[in-house]
Amino acid sequence: MARVKTESAPVGDMVRPDALLAHVDRISTTVSALHAEDVDHAARFPVETIQALKNAKLLSAGIPRLYGGGGCNLETLAAMCTSLARSCASSAMIFAMHQIQIASIVEHRADVPELAEYLRDVVERQRLIASVTSEVGTGGDLRRSIAAVTLGGAAIAIKKAATTISYCEQADDLLVTLRRGSDAAPSDQVLVLLRKGQFSLQEVGDWNTLGMRGTCSPAATVIGTGVAWQILPAPFRIIASATMVPFSHILWAAVWLGIASDAFDCARRMTQIRGRKDADSATNGGINLAALAIRLDGMRARLESAIHDHAQVNSSAICDSTTDISAALRMNYLKLAASEDVIRIVSDAIQICGIASYKNEGEFSLGRHLRDAHSAPLMINNDRIRRTNADLLLVYKGR
Amino acid sequence: MPMTHEEIESKVRDVLAARAQLPIDVISVAANQSLYDSGMTSHATVKVMLGLEDRFDIEFPDSMLQRSVFDQISSIAIAIKKLLSER
Repeated sequence: MARVKTESAPVGDMVRPDALLAHVDRISTTVSALHAEDVDHAARFPVETIQALKNAKLLSAGIPRLYGGGGCNLETLAAMCTSLARSCASSAMIFAMHQIQIASIVEHRADVPELAEYLRDVVERQRLIASVTSEVGTGGDLRRSIAAVTLGGAAIAIKKAATTISYCEQADDLLVTLRRGSDAAPSDQVLVLLRKGQFSLQEVGDWNTLGMRGTCSPAATVIGTGVAWQILPAPFRIIASATMVPFSHILWAAVWLGIASDAFDCARRMTQIRGRKDADSATNGGINLAALAIRLDGMRARLESAIHDHAQVNSSAICDSTTDISAALRMNYLKLAASEDVIRIVSDAIQICGIASYKNEGEFSLGRHLRDAHSAPLMINNDRIRRTNADLLLVYKGR
Repeated sequence: MPMTHEEIESKVRDVLAARAQLPIDVISVAANQSLYDSGMTSHATVKVMLGLEDRFDIEFPDSMLQRSVFDQISSIAIAIKKLLSER
């Protein structure tokens, strides 16, 4: 199944991606930063930030201009995630997850007119799309499903018990992985788009977590119906390897970079304040800050390199080559490294700041950052990714 | 005597039977049918690759480590034939 390349459409009076990024920066500092503490404390959906993003038409940032979207590439989307995460990691992760769903539709819509129309509707109404890839009984394996699509002529029906659904009850629409049919193998999956009004959520669980509390992503059972075009034309294995997994690893890493950057900034400000009062203390603090700067720079460099790699793979003639082992390994390296770096950087920043960052209040508080960061190794568990890499390295020669 | 395509396919089927962990009997999978759609996972693919390298005494170059090569019994056999002919 050929993937759809991004069209180059005339820019006209459309807002440029760098202007959209500047708008995200403003939302981050003037909206997200104001509400982040309350969002975290109450474990509530960051409604102010998401509404501000909708008002600025930023939920369609990743949709091609052809359909009225922002036409932002992966690099710009990543920068947006980092910007939001500096103020509110939950808001940034919701934005990231939504853009991953958008990309999955954009790149694999083939020539289905209803999917093109749907993308126009997302631009018009700023619909928020959630992912339903987890499932009770699959042990966190993205590439296996138990629930199947039930086909009845042009109609489809689904029922799936998910262990977690991102921003579950706040989502307008869902993208659900399912077996192609009741007789299909667990790995023979499709991705099904369900629109608001076509599904109900039952047995919705609690979301009282250590961090990322604003993402409000509890377990729930999805029951829904639709029509045949709502099954994306490409097999899910292609959507996953070409788009969903690389977009996830890159945009998640961008979120984690935002958390780490803000923690580093706290450590820098604290070191500077101490330095102004006492030049000697600045020397000690400065050495630790200098070491932290290298770690943060490495995190940023690895992310930029992965974005570059993905663009290279994407521009190659054979789109299926994104499934090649080298690309998969490198994307997994990004996920493993970034998810561990963010915890280390926040921890080191706390060490530099001292008690001021250990307190739950005040401008140097880093408790939320640390709790949010600890979600990183769990989002597709790092042990699973290391096992995958161990497999791949058995056959990959690296030459 | 170089192996025929049919002989290679037959040995490929032996390796698949031992390592592909398909939910169905490999005999029922046609040579040009998708192994992935038949239930072969990424994890099992690696085991199949290693089994084939051992069985045919070959080494798949990185350029061949693609789903399109390992998706069908016939495409696997073509790749192996090429590697055997280059020896």
